[in-house]
Amino acid sequence: MRVYSPQDIEFLDRQALEAIQLLRLKKVIAVALDTPFYKERLSGVGIEHPKDLKSLDDLNKIPFTTKDDLRDTYPYGLLSVNKKEVVRMHASSGTTGKPTVIFYDRDDLNRWTHLALRSLRACGCGPIDVFQNMMTYGLFTGGLGLHYGAEDLGMFVIPSSGGNTQRQLLLMKDFGTTVVHATPSYMLHLYAQMDNMGVKLSDLNLHKALIGAEPHSEDLRRKIETLFGIDAYNSYGLSEMNGPSVAFECVEKSGMHLWEDAYRLEIVDRHSLEAVEDGVVGELVLTNLIRHASPILRYRTKDLTRILTGTCACGRTSRRIDRIMGRTDDMLIINGVNVFPSQIEEVVMKIPEAGNNYRIVVRKKGTLDVLIVELEVGPDILSDDTRDLYALKGRLVEALKASISIKPIVEFHEPGQLPVQEGKAIRVVDERGNLY
Amino acid sequence: MKVTQISVFMENKNGRLAEITRLLASKNISLRAVTIADTADFGILRLLVKDPDYARDVLLEAGFTAKETEVLAVAMDDKPGALAEVMELFEKNKVNIEYLYSILAGKGDKADVVFKVEDLERGESLLKQNGYDKPLDL
Repeated sequence: MRVYSPQDIEFLDRQALEAIQLLRLKKVIAVALDTPFYKERLSGVGIEHPKDLKSLDDLNKIPFTTKDDLRDTYPYGLLSVNKKEVVRMHASSGTTGKPTVIFYDRDDLNRWTHLALRSLRACGCGPIDVFQNMMTYGLFTGGLGLHYGAEDLGMFVIPSSGGNTQRQLLLMKDFGTTVVHATPSYMLHLYAQMDNMGVKLSDLNLHKALIGAEPHSEDLRRKIETLFGIDAYNSYGLSEMNGPSVAFECVEKSGMHLWEDAYRLEIVDRHSLEAVEDGVVGELVLTNLIRHASPILRYRTKDLTRILTGTCACGRTSRRIDRIMGRTDDMLIINGVNVFPSQIEEVVMKIPEAGNNYRIVVRKKGTLDVLIVELEVGPDILSDDTRDLYALKGRLVEALKASISIKPIVEFHEPGQLPVQEGKAIRVVDERGNLY
Repeated sequence: MKVTQISVFMENKNGRLAEITRLLASKNISLRAVTIADTADFGILRLLVKDPDYARDVLLEAGFTAKETEVLAVAMDDKPGALAEVMELFEKNKVNIEYLYSILAGKGDKADVVFKVEDLERGESLLKQNGYDKPLDL
């Protein structure tokens, strides 16, 4: 089903698409050279000027950029425009207390907004739709990321942000919401709460859910579709590549089109970091071709996926990636929020009374994830007074919440009760199983 | 008067208390007082025994977290109003009590009550000045 005219950038042939990529890449290289970080990196591989980049293949000479690079250049090391040009920043979790920050100038935001519009259009959204955006608005890109694109498409936008299920259901019912944007686990939570709040499916006018920010299985998508009687579309994005609408499913629901005019796509072997054949699972590496305030070249996303071969029935030529199959690092995704175990460790270590034997457990409680930090009570922690232990627990909960934006449950355990494996403590236990 | 209490951290799990008491029994440690401060997710077992250092070592060796705390054990007359009298004494002199519990099987006409107070030294001298100076025989 070809929906739009072939002139549309989404339907370009490979050659024309790559010509656009090269043009945009040169512009990004030019701004990247204005940052000390990339100036050094690029001159190290003989790129002193955008014209030194003769073809897209020359990109492969450039070293990968990692989350650690972003941390090391915090806060302004990767800012390549004058600060007065910046109109917004977003941030995501770093592996330690410092977040990863991204800046956007006016044009960057416009280009991203347009991608959001295209993503929404690809899965069949239009001006007739009432769009309730249940992703958190704030430093996290999930909320604001689709907001302006939806407005530009002419949708009726309800910026309900995350949480407050009762209010979400009320808005859905009273304003006839047709499309929601949420994490898959929140969709299940929403469904589970409908009964309690006296809302029936027939009270709603829901047609679509855009689900993202958490890896999920095809089974879970089908489950959401069946429960609500709707279509659910997978969405992929990360703040380093602007946010949501890096890759989005079209109405065919056969993999996510990665907008290749905006992002250069590579899949590399997770160990050798060499490019893999199409269809082989590896780490997704992306170059942002449309953002100038924070240029990021060959970013290792740590997300595992593969390129889907063949063409999509919708006719779009941007290649498709499969649903995210996992991570190459130990990052946890808890109710859509990225958390690194190292962030938790950092907080625990800052509270000396908390001792150093702890374990991180993530499990499902109902449909949502809970984070549990189990602490071993050694002689240093033990107080004769239960209030002291509760005070310690309270301080730890607050400090963790401030650091990772998730309120954990802190549990106390006797020494030796936390399982050890071959003498080495198991620090992280994810009991959620294989994607639900 | 001042005695050493053993506090043991316990998870809220079936059989933990049984395990601890069995362990102490196997070492022939006789309990003179037992009380538990319990919360929704854990408990602190408080014990008075004749030789607290030994009991603590036994518990630590078995992998429990145990520590010693100084508390005040007061022998008072076993009659109505005896506790009220001591409480009044503490209240008047602003000695804050964190908790109290009684000792198993008082001897003769005396009842023994254990107080954990914020200011141990002041609490003890106050008791001594007011005639509560009988040392406790555990």
